[in-house]
Amino acid sequence: MINLESYAEIVGQDVIEHLHQLAERLKGVKVIHVNSTREGGGVAEILRRLVPLMQELGLEVSWEVITGDPRFFHCTKTMHNALQGKRVGISAQEIAHYEEINQKNAVLLCPRLEEADVVFVHDPQPAALIKFCSNRKGKWIWRCHIDISKPYRPVWKYLRQFVVSYDASVFHLADFAQPLPHLQFLIPPSIDPLSEKNIELSSEEIRETYERFGVDLERPITLQVSRFDRFKDPIGVIEAYKLAKKFIPSLQLVLAGGGAQDDPEGQIVLEEVKQVSQEDPDIHVLFLPANAHRTVNALQRGADIVLQKSIKEGFGLTVTEAMWKEKPVIGGNAGGIRLQVVNHHTGFLVSTPEGAALRMRYLFQNPHKRKQMGEKAKKFVLENFLITRHLRDYLTLMVSLLYNVEERIELG
Amino acid sequence: MEETTPFAVKDCALISIATGVRVQTLRELKDKLSTVHPGSIYYHFWGRLLLPRFEETEYHNDFATWVYQELRDDVLAERLAAVDPLEFSDIDDLRNELIEIIEERLDELEYIPWAKSEFHFKRAQIVVFDTHHRIHDPKELAQIVPKMTLSSIFYHFIEARRRTPEHIDDFRSWLLGFDGKYKGLCQSLASIDPYFTPLSTLREKLIEVFSNYFETAFEGEK
Repeated sequence: MINLESYAEIVGQDVIEHLHQLAERLKGVKVIHVNSTREGGGVAEILRRLVPLMQELGLEVSWEVITGDPRFFHCTKTMHNALQGKRVGISAQEIAHYEEINQKNAVLLCPRLEEADVVFVHDPQPAALIKFCSNRKGKWIWRCHIDISKPYRPVWKYLRQFVVSYDASVFHLADFAQPLPHLQFLIPPSIDPLSEKNIELSSEEIRETYERFGVDLERPITLQVSRFDRFKDPIGVIEAYKLAKKFIPSLQLVLAGGGAQDDPEGQIVLEEVKQVSQEDPDIHVLFLPANAHRTVNALQRGADIVLQKSIKEGFGLTVTEAMWKEKPVIGGNAGGIRLQVVNHHTGFLVSTPEGAALRMRYLFQNPHKRKQMGEKAKKFVLENFLITRHLRDYLTLMVSLLYNVEERIELG
Repeated sequence: MEETTPFAVKDCALISIATGVRVQTLRELKDKLSTVHPGSIYYHFWGRLLLPRFEETEYHNDFATWVYQELRDDVLAERLAAVDPLEFSDIDDLRNELIEIIEERLDELEYIPWAKSEFHFKRAQIVVFDTHHRIHDPKELAQIVPKMTLSSIFYHFIEARRRTPEHIDDFRSWLLGFDGKYKGLCQSLASIDPYFTPLSTLREKLIEVFSNYFETAFEGEK
């Protein structure tokens, strides 16, 4: 069974001891996380491990998922796109439905949420719950996982009316912070090195996975793993691949991704991608189920270079995952990718398909550099983006809010 | 051996906080500097040193770096980089010095420089952990420092300068309690400039200083 001690081998005993010291101040504190999907996407993946670890540290933690109909998720997807900068409005009827669904969920959840000491509400889908939980006892935190550096203003203005009621918010990086009347913590997300998606795999398993999809491991492979979403620019990835293939004829591209319960747009984008790639047998488009973690792991480990050519990106956990597997990443110069991909050190930041193609050619020409960057990338993730650091930040935040700390927390 | 309080080895972590204040021009930088949370000025001088980085930095505070990289004003960047935060008894004096330098530069310029990327004022909360390691004899420093985490090095060698009454690192602060016995070692420690190197290099320099100093003593014991 995986527990806190299991992580000591990777991050060191000191790090685990720090978590225990912080948790001493939080014994018995009731914490509830609320989001909108139990499967698919980075938030669900993080919570799946973070919640049991917090429980092991002596906090009373639970995870609630709001339910909604396709109309609700269509509205929240539009909201998500607008917050990431797409100029798309939401009708009054959609707004009314958004609030109605939040209200219905609030009827079920409020008795527990109102009693909790700390409530983390993740992303815009359940953000309006706060409006319907007026007898709040504890601290409410809005945890934003998306890039809202340049939101479409009318939609942000609408959502902001709920966000201002929270006691604090959390963003991945300073670029996403907004003028708000409360503390805005900057906490990047993380990956779990012991999850199915990140554990070590045998070379046989990696080979079998690639064979299953008809991809030749002996030839160069470039991979992008992400939901089929326009902000991930899968079409741009195909363009980049085509440009690079002129110089590397044996190059193969794997575009692997799945959908999530709260993302109704995935199927449409997938069809577009299939259409653009259908004439090239070296482009492999894989639509994977949300729980295909081991398959994704094998694909990442078998690839030579990993791409994440997003136009907008909250953080890009697939970047972190690839870096953990010692892959250099060619990433879009957007959002949280900038925190991880350090030009010429852990990969390259690019702004166009042409830029991505150029870097692919460079890395395939320089296997030594590829290896060196991969090693640096893994170390960078070890020191900054593993779940133990994420857990420490959440515990610090809770101590800070519950004890009204201004600047300094002395433990031990 | 003298009766001195043992050296408590601590470790720390910072959690960054966005102040929500962003600036895009030099005049905005000056204006916001006058009102921003004092912790933010501290953060952009010292807190930044705990952040991961691969390269040595050219300027040792974020204001100078932004002015150089985004406003392309190397004259002002050099002047801002020359500010030694330890010369100021409190953060407001340091704040006033920065404002003074920027005002002077604004007087010299014919137009207000404008940046493509905004400067985000951040601050941080620090959480301090007790490792429960205690050092009783200074000689032990040569063995303990190599095992210290980078954040522990940050806490004792950088953060201490804000915390200790003499604005010096914790090692010197402790060694001074031995009635001048370690004066030479303190001088060597004082000559390490913490602002330009990644923490890993800083740790190597400390290891070198401690092992060189105590080498003779260890050899004598063998």
